[in-house]
Amino acid sequence: MELNDEKKINDSAQATESQMIINDVTVGDYKYGFVTDIETHILERGLNEDVVREISRLKGEPEWLLQFRLEAYRYWQKQKMPDWAHLRIPEIDFQGISYYAAPKQKKSNPKSMDEVDADLRKTFDKLGISLEEQMRISGIAVDAVMDSVSVKTTYRERLGEMGIIFCSFSEAVKEHPELVKKYLGSVVPYRDNYFAALNSAVFSDGSFVYIPKGVRCPMELSTYFRINAANTGQFERTLIVADEESYVSYLEGCTAPMRDENQLHAAIVEIVVERKAEVKYSTVQNWYPGDKEGKGGIYNFVTKRGLCRGDYSKLSWTQVETGSAITWKYPSCVLKGNNSVGEFYSVAVTNNYQQADTGTKMIHIGNNSRSTIVSKGISAGKSENSYRGLVKVSSGAENCRNYTQCDSLLLGSSCGAHTFPYMDIQNSTAVVEHEATTSKINEEQIFYCNQRGIPTEEAVGLIVNGYAKEVMNKLPMEFAVEAQRLLQVTLEGSVG
Amino acid sequence: MDKELRQYIDFYKSERDTISANSAEVLNAEREKSAEALGTMHVPSKGAENYHVTDIPSLLSPDYGINIKRISMPMDAATPFKCDVPNLNALLYYQCNDEFRTSDRDYSKQLPEGVIIGSLREIAESHKSIIEKYYNRIAPHDEVMPVLNTLLAQDGVVVYLPKNSVVSRPIQVVNVQSGGVPTMVSRRMLIIAEENAQAKIVLCDHSQSPDVAFLVNQVIEIHCGASSNIEIYDMEESSETTRRVSGIYARQQRDSQLTIDTITLLNGMSRNNVKVEVAEKGCNTLLYGIGIGREKGIVDNNTYIQHHAPHCQSSEQYKYLLDGESRGCFGGKIYVGPGADKVESYQSNNNIIASSEAKMYTKPQLEIYTDDVKCSHGATTGQLDENAMFYMQSRGIPAEKARQLLMQAFMEEVVERVNIDILRDRLKQLVGKRLSGEMALCGTCGAKCAKK
Repeated sequence: MELNDEKKINDSAQATESQMIINDVTVGDYKYGFVTDIETHILERGLNEDVVREISRLKGEPEWLLQFRLEAYRYWQKQKMPDWAHLRIPEIDFQGISYYAAPKQKKSNPKSMDEVDADLRKTFDKLGISLEEQMRISGIAVDAVMDSVSVKTTYRERLGEMGIIFCSFSEAVKEHPELVKKYLGSVVPYRDNYFAALNSAVFSDGSFVYIPKGVRCPMELSTYFRINAANTGQFERTLIVADEESYVSYLEGCTAPMRDENQLHAAIVEIVVERKAEVKYSTVQNWYPGDKEGKGGIYNFVTKRGLCRGDYSKLSWTQVETGSAITWKYPSCVLKGNNSVGEFYSVAVTNNYQQADTGTKMIHIGNNSRSTIVSKGISAGKSENSYRGLVKVSSGAENCRNYTQCDSLLLGSSCGAHTFPYMDIQNSTAVVEHEATTSKINEEQIFYCNQRGIPTEEAVGLIVNGYAKEVMNKLPMEFAVEAQRLLQVTLEGSVG
Repeated sequence: MDKELRQYIDFYKSERDTISANSAEVLNAEREKSAEALGTMHVPSKGAENYHVTDIPSLLSPDYGINIKRISMPMDAATPFKCDVPNLNALLYYQCNDEFRTSDRDYSKQLPEGVIIGSLREIAESHKSIIEKYYNRIAPHDEVMPVLNTLLAQDGVVVYLPKNSVVSRPIQVVNVQSGGVPTMVSRRMLIIAEENAQAKIVLCDHSQSPDVAFLVNQVIEIHCGASSNIEIYDMEESSETTRRVSGIYARQQRDSQLTIDTITLLNGMSRNNVKVEVAEKGCNTLLYGIGIGREKGIVDNNTYIQHHAPHCQSSEQYKYLLDGESRGCFGGKIYVGPGADKVESYQSNNNIIASSEAKMYTKPQLEIYTDDVKCSHGATTGQLDENAMFYMQSRGIPAEKARQLLMQAFMEEVVERVNIDILRDRLKQLVGKRLSGEMALCGTCGAKCAKK
């Protein structure tokens, strides 16, 4: 992308930003809650081996992948739903969910935008993800995933010239089976946890990224996840492989319609970072959080993990979590390579009856590996917001360094903010620091804003944005604007 | 029923009469329901939440001797002197295993009017109404170790401080483990401070038989009345074969102040639970701790402060120094309930791992359900400052000495919190000696240890 373009985008983004905030504050509520009336192929509700086989058949998968799914399914059946998180999870009827929903397209594998179904295109236009035009301007390659399947991946050809593979997971299985076979389950094995096993059995689609040796990906890659159909679960799987000395920045966004019943989202993100490679993974999670009485909303149970396999590799997670009725998510770094670096920056906002139990794991295995954790929790309404994190330094890892900071901000007297950090240090050369604070929003700051004519609600927005700035700054520009707006909207009505 | 618990329940059922005959009615009254409760409980396995290093099943499974017939064990008269703090001028009491003993001197005339210090068993008979009101009221009824203690405890220590009583001299209770066979000791202490009462209590743990495996299961209940001020210094310097599970459970009423200082200088395995329920407003809670681990020692401190009332403060500071293959664990939880506004709560945990085999596990937690609070925690794990080491060496201080000095300085912050001057000085000396690798007690006491 040209430098000039970038500047233009930044300028226009800043100009409209304040306008957008005002609009959002006045309009309010969840604005992505519409449903697209589109013909969808949905599998019967329920889960058994036949369903797993059927998904595999529908996707035309090779035998080894079917076996992988079946093993995962059999393992999942033996497992119990985990209950250690600080969450009240209502019983989930896994037989009441449909495990595969695909928007019907007239042609499979659209080659150009014209071939993509018009309704589908409209959906993504509404979401602000105009697959072609807008992204050409901003220079982001997008893979859009609706319900269970990838709808369209943009910029494939241009990326292909550089040897970068960016496509839907099912295409990758067909076109690059050797890569998928090599890396699938290598970071998050299906035995990892309950939801990882479930996902491994029924995952439908997702994105696959491979950055070859020495290539710096020229644009940001992005996946946009959308749940549309009712009574379905979304189980996507993202696999990113950054080969030696490569770089990629990857963005992920998600929305869902407003429905009274809860919907399940159980995804897996696996990242492999080789020697001297760097991956930056940013998420703005805005699944439907349920209404003000806590009815409906997405249950978001996600396993995200990156393996910094090579020396001097770096993985950075940035997340802004504003949506979902329940969030259960711990993006982690396994720092296996010497001198590898792991980062985690998170803002988690909960309002009304939302519950979040989120954090990270930094597993230091390589010598001189470093990690930084900055987590900002904001709770309002009757919500519960927990940080849960593990820093582990294994006995053979010399000179590791970790710094953790987790702050909680409380807005309202009936919400909860909790911190559960775990530090397991088995090497004497490690230096590990942890700091946490919990406090109320500063009344003096609000008073100061009021005094200057800024209404309380807006003042809270300002203060919260300032509080979250440290993390927001780590987001790519386009995302930062969206995230900032989201913060404002999520906290609306929580003061006063 | 867990098999580890079965042997204790079966033992109780078969020996019920002997246990009761050698104890007091108030204590006996709690036994049946404890046995019943134990039958429904599960022993937390190693690795379970809050039991990362402490292996309760392996503590309970051996076949221990339990002295239910209250046979008086021989106690080496010199042992208590090991714990002598010169010029402490304390009111000195002993417990040999779980049996209360007075020293030669009679303090009854020196105590303020109404203050009772003595054997739980005797006082439960002579002042039944008081003990009945307070015994087993705070200790949790849903945790294995305290319930097991209630099931088997036959004696213990009572400190009763009536309204407005101030005991200016420190009350020192020296606990000595003695015996020739592996023994389980169920030690019990009940501290009742009524309105405005004040006392400083020093507890010292020793083992007289360093080769014998002891399991000490200690429960201390503290009732802090309104505006009372209680300080507890719980020091352990036992043996590598001693395993100790200690539970200090306190409830604070309006404007009271409570200090609990847990100091582990030498041990085998220690699990110290401190749970404070701040029930009324205006309270101040101070928890401190030092853990020095060496060889295969395990120091596991677990604290839980529950703030139920507004306008309270709490502060926690725990420091660990781990050498050899020792393991340290700190779990600290601060709970601020709905309506407990204006609570200020601080917690810090700093650790130094001094050898390549030592390990530290830290889990500070905040659980907050109201907005008008200020809470923070900090935890660090690292090593001695290299620059400081270099500085001292460049001034001609040998590396080993410099190391000791730095370690001592690191611990000093917590030692400084001790409110009894003489004890503080003594503790500095003990910590210094411990850090230089000596058995701290050998230098000063008349009785030379058989070992080391």
